[in-house]
Amino acid sequence: MDRIPILKLGKYLLVTIQVDLYDRLALTLETDLISMVKKNEARGVLIDISAVGIVDSFMGRILGNIAQMSKIMDAETVVVGMQPAVAITLVELGLTLKGVHTALDVDKGMLLLNKRTDNNREAGIDD
Amino acid sequence: MKKETINVLSEHRKQISELWVKILLENETLREDFMTNEDLRVQSEELVYAMIDAFKKGNFKNLETEEYEEVLELITSLSMSRAKQGYSPRETGLYVLSLKQAFIQFLQENKKHDLASLFEEVLSLNQMIDSLSIITFDTYIKGREEVILRQTNEIEEISTPVIRVWEGIVALPIIGTLDSARTQIVMENLLNEIVQTGSSIAILDISGVPAVDSLVAQHLIKTVSATRLMGAECIISGIRPEIAQTIVHLGIDLSDIYTKASLASALRFAFQKLKMQVVKTATN
Repeated sequence: MDRIPILKLGKYLLVTIQVDLYDRLALTLETDLISMVKKNEARGVLIDISAVGIVDSFMGRILGNIAQMSKIMDAETVVVGMQPAVAITLVELGLTLKGVHTALDVDKGMLLLNKRTDNNREAGIDD
Repeated sequence: MKKETINVLSEHRKQISELWVKILLENETLREDFMTNEDLRVQSEELVYAMIDAFKKGNFKNLETEEYEEVLELITSLSMSRAKQGYSPRETGLYVLSLKQAFIQFLQENKKHDLASLFEEVLSLNQMIDSLSIITFDTYIKGREEVILRQTNEIEEISTPVIRVWEGIVALPIIGTLDSARTQIVMENLLNEIVQTGSSIAILDISGVPAVDSLVAQHLIKTVSATRLMGAECIISGIRPEIAQTIVHLGIDLSDIYTKASLASALRFAFQKLKMQVVKTATN
């Protein structure tokens, strides 16, 4: 079965989705990602969806779920590189992905992750 | 209409068209600024001649036949050009209807002694010119609609420019009412520009939006949400006091959205977000 590779990048996990996500694949990704967060004690998850051109409400929900689950396990989620058409579709579907942080590209996503994890440390939330 | 009447009309067609022009010139609503009297005379004469030629072919009921092709052509081009020049509906209508007056006045003189026949001729003439004026109106409105359509297209084209104000900041001034169709265009343009320029802040200036109701507000919120999903921040600026009032009265919640009163303060806020500073140089 197809799997989407999850790369470990320091204290973060990097996922680049380069195929269209069908439901089964999305569910597998969700499970894999959460177990990787646990295994690596990751502090953040960066999901790059710049190659995704089509999105439905299910995929929107999966993204939201991943963010919430990671949050519970103390990792921040940033979704980067969303295409305009995808953003418009999600808004029209009424999914504004509350709790998911977004950035324009991987570079800016990394900066955002760094900033957010630093903030948590300063606030004495962990470490 | 009887053959002899048509012959009489044909013989005196010059006289009839002059009578018509006289009636037109006497009218107070004549627009000399749009058309010279000479042009008016030529145009009217052409129409009267074409009509009498069509009468000769013996058809008074149906205008949609080839006998009247020339008349219809004249009348459509005439009312179309009047619509585009900016004549009022009243002026255009009066133009054709006064032709009836001219014909009737002429027949009245001519048939003083034969009232029964006069009545009959006037009746058929009446019917004729009434249908002619309906056609005039139809084309006049079509002409007007063409003008409106062209203007709508123009407004659409010119009204959604995305401006790159600074590195990393784009602005989009919205002018005119925001409806669903325009929101779609605005949103697409803005998002595409964000991707192209890699800007992380977008300013939506609504000082040119005349009124904000709950629908417009919903469109604005949609645009802001879409920008956020892309990973950029959206600031709404140019909120006038009246608009703030309506928004609160309607109970619309904009607390999740950065709102600023003017473009200047939005820009200042954007600079802050990007950790930039505007500094005055020392004068020497």
